[in-house]
Amino acid sequence: MDLAQRFVAGDLDAFETLFREHQRGVYRWILRIVRDHAAAEDLTVEAFWRMYRARARFDPSGNCGAWLHRIAVNVALDHLRHAKRQTTLPEDLPAELAPDSAVQRETRLAIQRALAQLSPRLRVIVQLGLVEDEPYDEIATALGISPNAVKVRMFRAVRLLRKILLEAGITP
Amino acid sequence: MNNRNDRDTNQQLEAMRKLLKTAVPPVTATEPPRDLWPQMLRRLEAAPAPVPWWDWALLAAATAVFLFFPGTIPALLYHL
Repeated sequence: MDLAQRFVAGDLDAFETLFREHQRGVYRWILRIVRDHAAAEDLTVEAFWRMYRARARFDPSGNCGAWLHRIAVNVALDHLRHAKRQTTLPEDLPAELAPDSAVQRETRLAIQRALAQLSPRLRVIVQLGLVEDEPYDEIATALGISPNAVKVRMFRAVRLLRKILLEAGITP
Repeated sequence: MNNRNDRDTNQQLEAMRKLLKTAVPPVTATEPPRDLWPQMLRRLEAAPAPVPWWDWALLAAATAVFLFFPGTIPALLYHL
């Protein structure tokens, strides 16, 4: 019996092996969506918990990594939906931006607010595609949609962002 | 015409990419700060798996079938 089959059968050692194999990848995807280390840790555990609960529905011959990434992205999206009222992005990550003037700081906050105004499913596309430079096909696999759908959502998100930014007096 | 639209859209994308990166830096530290397995074990011990809603729905449907069509019970037992 291979690892995936043992996991589906409920073998905890097999689950631990899968966990250790994939925890970095899952954490990385989640962190780049929620941008908060503490939340990313909890959500990584939540993603694996959902995976463990749903193991009976997993086809052992399927791609475990892709399945897990989809679960991880869904967990992160649920988190964004629940934190919808938040108007700026979490500041947990170390800022790598150069110190700047008050005006630049205001502009930066306005851009962050604009991004936070997008719906979670558009925001995740913008963050992964434009901020993290993730290829469209990888975003598509993680979201369980086609690369074309990623493109369509990206154009819609950019159009919306431009509108919000123009209203805030920022010309993209 | 289409080429021009595509070029405009790509230019907008690139402009937005540059603008966003001035406000939202890409995440660089992507490693979990510690091993999360102990946390996972605590979660596994703390929460017994809840019965999914579709299992309850299936149970309700099966009960309804047996109540309204009792003749299916011997047929089912025969096939088991």
